[in-house]
Amino acid sequence: MDEQKIFLITNGIFEQECLKEIAKDITREFNFPVSIYEGSLDLREFYDEVRRQYDGNRLLKEIEKMDFPDAIKKIGLFRNDIYIPILTFIFGQAIYKGNSGIASLYRLRNEQYGMKPDESKLLDRFKKVIIHELGHTFGLKHCYVPTCVMRSGTYVEHLDQKNHTLCKTCRSLVDR
Amino acid sequence: MPENISILIVDDEESVRDSLYNWFIEDGYIVESAANAKEALLKVESRNFDIILADIKMPGMDGLEMHRRIKALNNNSIVIVMTAFSSVDTAVQALKDGAYDYITKPFDPDDLSHLIRNASKQIKLSVENEVLKNKISTLENIDDIIGRSDAMVKVLNEVESVSNSNSSVIITGESGTGKELIARAIHFNSPRKYFPLVSVHCGALSESLLESELFGHDKGAFTGAMFNRKGRFEMADGGTIFLDEIATISSKMQVELLRVLETKSFMRVGGNKEIKSDFRVICATNRELLKMVESGTFREDLYYRLNVVNIIIPPIRERVDDIPLLVDHFIKKYCDAMGRDLVMIETSALNRLKNFEFPGNVRELENLIERAIVIGNGKEIRLRDLPIEKSINYSSVESLDELEHKHIQDILEKYNWNITYAAKALNVNRVTLYNKIKKYNLKRTKKQ
Ligand SMILES: [Zn+2]
Ligand SMILES: [Zn+2]
Repeated sequence: MDEQKIFLITNGIFEQECLKEIAKDITREFNFPVSIYEGSLDLREFYDEVRRQYDGNRLLKEIEKMDFPDAIKKIGLFRNDIYIPILTFIFGQAIYKGNSGIASLYRLRNEQYGMKPDESKLLDRFKKVIIHELGHTFGLKHCYVPTCVMRSGTYVEHLDQKNHTLCKTCRSLVDR
Repeated sequence: MPENISILIVDDEESVRDSLYNWFIEDGYIVESAANAKEALLKVESRNFDIILADIKMPGMDGLEMHRRIKALNNNSIVIVMTAFSSVDTAVQALKDGAYDYITKPFDPDDLSHLIRNASKQIKLSVENEVLKNKISTLENIDDIIGRSDAMVKVLNEVESVSNSNSSVIITGESGTGKELIARAIHFNSPRKYFPLVSVHCGALSESLLESELFGHDKGAFTGAMFNRKGRFEMADGGTIFLDEIATISSKMQVELLRVLETKSFMRVGGNKEIKSDFRVICATNRELLKMVESGTFREDLYYRLNVVNIIIPPIRERVDDIPLLVDHFIKKYCDAMGRDLVMIETSALNRLKNFEFPGNVRELENLIERAIVIGNGKEIRLRDLPIEKSINYSSVESLDELEHKHIQDILEKYNWNITYAAKALNVNRVTLYNKIKKYNLKRTKKQ
């Protein structure tokens, strides 16, 4: 059997440099190699005219459907504003103890909150959301260690306060 | 933190159930879901849920009816109602029925996590308190609210049903009817009772003082602002803020108040940081706010924000039957405080009280009884001990100073000039008592 990998499925344009950096961090946290795959979803199908956002539940299902024999986990990366019916927006979501997740950088941008653009902050936040969602697929719940990446956060400021690493406890709980 | 807190999600939409289920599981809660009210009721019968998050509009049985049935099962769960924007009215009805709060779909993720965190915080605290388990219908801290008249029983029922919710309350009543007592009763019977009850007497403060009192200020916000200071809204975090004499606030304050109520966030005067606070508002007024709304002196939108529940305290003349109870209560209260044996009341004196108008309501009755005990013969309250014998006019022979003088002397004798005990009985601190002794030149009467 092939070596198991974590797949990053990009939807939209992401800089190679950034993706590489994300991949490196994922491998460090979860000990799996990362494969980057360029997705080909037609996002228009997921757009909700009324909310002017993209349906996160259907996007997640789409990612789940993608079949890669050597993927232990798959996470879809987006640049769009994603919602689920019950919430006004999400940074990302994942199937708890499943093998798929999604993450978007749309709401992570400083501009979204009337602040000056900051590319390095954006990448930093995006990494945290991706690792966080992958954590859920590995069976991790929210953690109350303030700096742990599994701490839940609904503000970008929350993201800035935590590290992009798992705390000791969470690390020991990763369900491999 | 959410260890062992259980949540039941009730919604007919599968996607809503799944999303919320996932969200709460990731947050570490114990979660179950039900697709309709019937299924939910079955679950509630078989186990206890700490929090029930229920959609208000469901086919079959709606959330309101379900909520009533859950309550009928004698269930302690905190019920949070989910609503579409168009059915906020129904949500308000749910609050009146005792739901804890409502949240409008779709939720802001931050609102949802705030709401659930606060609810769990309160559950944890109430679980820690054993007493709470056995008391559902017996109200606490209402010792001073006396009355078995229909009018007062109605008020107490309203206090009970509104206590468990988070809705804002306006207490209306003439001055002296005990509005603050009712506010206290609501707070101390609510899940917020472990957090502060913060009172603000709006009528006593100028606009700018009130502003810094409510919102706090940062150092240097104005001359004299030497330190950062927390405002009352900030202090009330987790608890209740009681705004007395709400009708007196200026139109500028009305705008600011409305904004705080809507966003639950504000800035200190001269500050630039947004502060969030989770408080419940109870207001009191002796004015007819609705009339003020009609005449344009009170904002309509603010009125509706505040007036989810209106509790009207009847004046004493509309509950004459309660007068004997009140009299007994105050006799006991003051005789105990003064360390005296209980006194009786003459029938003629009681009848006189029953026929009196009491423009100052319960507070006036209380003052009358206190005074009568002080000047009385120590056995019973006689008609002549009541200054209302001839007229409502208070300019009696004895001045208040004289009365105070005599009373303090009595108490000092009673406690054998033990200042600590005497001060306690008089409910003043020792310095005050020393000052009074000096003022009236009190001396120990020779004994033995
Ligand atoms: Zn999470
Ligand atoms: Zn952790």
